[in-house]
Amino acid sequence: MSGKGGTGKTTVAAALALALASEGRRTLLVEVEGRQGIAQLFDTAPLPYEERRIAIAPGGGEVRALAVDAEAALLEYFELFYRLGMAGRTLRRMGAVEFATTLAPGLRDVLLTGKVKECVNRRDADGRPVYDAVVLDAPPTGRVVKFLDVTKAMAELARTGPIHGQAAGVVEVLHSPLTAVHLVTLLEDLPVTETLETVDELTEAGFPVGSVIVNRVRKQWLPDRSVAAAAGGRVDAGRIRAGLASAGLDLPAEVIDGLVAETVEHAVRVNEEAAASARLEEASGLPRLELPELVEGVDLGSLYELAEALRDQGVGEQALAESRS
Amino acid sequence: MSPRPAPVLDVDALLDDPDTRIIVCCGSGGVGKTTTSAALAIRAAERGRRTVVLTIDPARRLAQALGMEALGNEPGRVAGARGELYAMMLDMRRTFDEMVYAHADPERAEAIIANPFYQTISSSFSGTQEYMAMEKLGQLASTGEWDLIVVDTPPSRSALDFLDAPQRMSTFLDGRMIRLLSAPARASGRGLRKIVGAGFSLFAKAVSTILGGQMLADASAFVQAFDTMFGGFRERAAATYALLRSPGTAFLVVAAPEPDALREAAYFVERLAADGMPLAGLVLNRTHPVLADLSATRARAVAEELRSAPLAAAVLRLHADRVDLAEREERLLSRFTSAHPGVAVAQVPALAGDIDDLDGLREVGERLAGVSESAAEAVGSAR
Repeated sequence: MSGKGGTGKTTVAAALALALASEGRRTLLVEVEGRQGIAQLFDTAPLPYEERRIAIAPGGGEVRALAVDAEAALLEYFELFYRLGMAGRTLRRMGAVEFATTLAPGLRDVLLTGKVKECVNRRDADGRPVYDAVVLDAPPTGRVVKFLDVTKAMAELARTGPIHGQAAGVVEVLHSPLTAVHLVTLLEDLPVTETLETVDELTEAGFPVGSVIVNRVRKQWLPDRSVAAAAGGRVDAGRIRAGLASAGLDLPAEVIDGLVAETVEHAVRVNEEAAASARLEEASGLPRLELPELVEGVDLGSLYELAEALRDQGVGEQALAESRS
Repeated sequence: MSPRPAPVLDVDALLDDPDTRIIVCCGSGGVGKTTTSAALAIRAAERGRRTVVLTIDPARRLAQALGMEALGNEPGRVAGARGELYAMMLDMRRTFDEMVYAHADPERAEAIIANPFYQTISSSFSGTQEYMAMEKLGQLASTGEWDLIVVDTPPSRSALDFLDAPQRMSTFLDGRMIRLLSAPARASGRGLRKIVGAGFSLFAKAVSTILGGQMLADASAFVQAFDTMFGGFRERAAATYALLRSPGTAFLVVAAPEPDALREAAYFVERLAADGMPLAGLVLNRTHPVLADLSATRARAVAEELRSAPLAAAVLRLHADRVDLAEREERLLSRFTSAHPGVAVAQVPALAGDIDDLDGLREVGERLAGVSESAAEAVGSAR
């Protein structure tokens, strides 16, 4: 899940993880940027570098969450292949581990996506995947293609060694039908522009693009036929006053003026959203999902509402059908 | 107990004060930092100050409006603005190149710039953009030709990156680590070896296995060449840091009325205080003040009864939504304000539509200063 900053991609990623976990399934929600956005969203203590249950889905499923930390992931590797013992922690304190991941920015990305790949491929004792779905709250649109493009990152690493093998596995998973990159946008000019640019970049780099998720869709109250005129500043104040009076509401002139001004702003916004929506439709042709604006803000309860809204639009049906077949 | 309202940030007083020499706009991504910076700059210039705005990654049409598309890494005059307004877009790579040339003799500078490792550092190291923004700010300030410099900050993950980047970069470039990694036995010395033991050699070996010997060799050559200019480099960073702490600098923390953005803003405010950096206030962008004094409950109740007057009913419903939104925004702001009661706030009501020309920027400037006609109409709970 990616999207321009401020579009709500972490919220949408969490809602998707919840939606995909319903009916007894298990999903993993992963973050990689050290922001602790998941913990804030679910109102829990900061997540350690360890998978733990964060929510129960409707019908008995569960969502687990993981905050991947590149330095911890690197040390994990070193532990696996070289026995560092106590030195690991000392090295980290000295900044040596950060230094190593900084030396090759691609290494960082390989470590982060590598952990995600490991979670995707992990099997239980019966050989079934441990997770029915893994939802990655990826970096924002400006950085996401570079982040996912492990092939390029590998070019700057040694041609052999454990990390190289790891990276090859990441490439395989990310470019396979197992993966879909979804983009969150708002119906505003800049987010839509970035979304379309990112769709092109992703396609060019060979990543399967999933759907565009239009977040925070607001209600249109004005009838379609009134929108164009109102957006141009033409609102019939007399008719509004008469209409209100018919229900016994007599308002002073300055309140009517205020209502008219609000109506004009509403109409301009509706118009712009329509234009943004048309641009999105025309250029991307991707499946589109919509999530409503939550005026009260996002809390744990409203995450379930958003998950429900996704399920109402068919999210999780295919996975459910597959798991039953 | 209702919290005390935040003091109002007097933007015009800040812009007009001859002692204000630098304004830094910071905040998390997507909150309108670039637009705010440009709007402040045009307002300052049109109020008579010779102003330059340093933007980081402006949207294309905003860059066009400021005439920045064809520019190099130097300020250019903005033709459509009254007064003296100059604008520039940060070119990270060129700023870095220029800095290398300024600090090293030509031969060594060539060697640094030709090193493959330099390409990585100057284009994709995660703190380079922040560092170069600071460097450019230092350069602009040192010319002494500007009454006011307005700086936009890079779209970081966190607003704090702007302050932390130089330190991270210094640690990275100071050579200790790379020497340890490329020749641990020689460089680490007995003391360190005692602490880390054999673990470090293993670590160095592991890193070299992962990254490849060539990369370490390049990095090592780079850091060695860089070593001679490092003193100057660090001095400069220290000077810019001192500049940021001087009384002529004003930090404006920009946020949108969203929990995440305000949380980032709060972190930043606390950090500025801890570092002794001068905070001027919070710019709360894109608010939706109520323009008509009528409660949401009443509006919705009447709308229910208005079956025969669809326009009036729609108007009441959109008004009720707006009241709810405004109340939410105020709740978010008051949460920030009760934690940081001394921070002055400028609320900027949202403009319908994107801002991509100078008139749009002027309008934002008026709203920032609280003198816009449409903004002044706000009533009811927003008052």
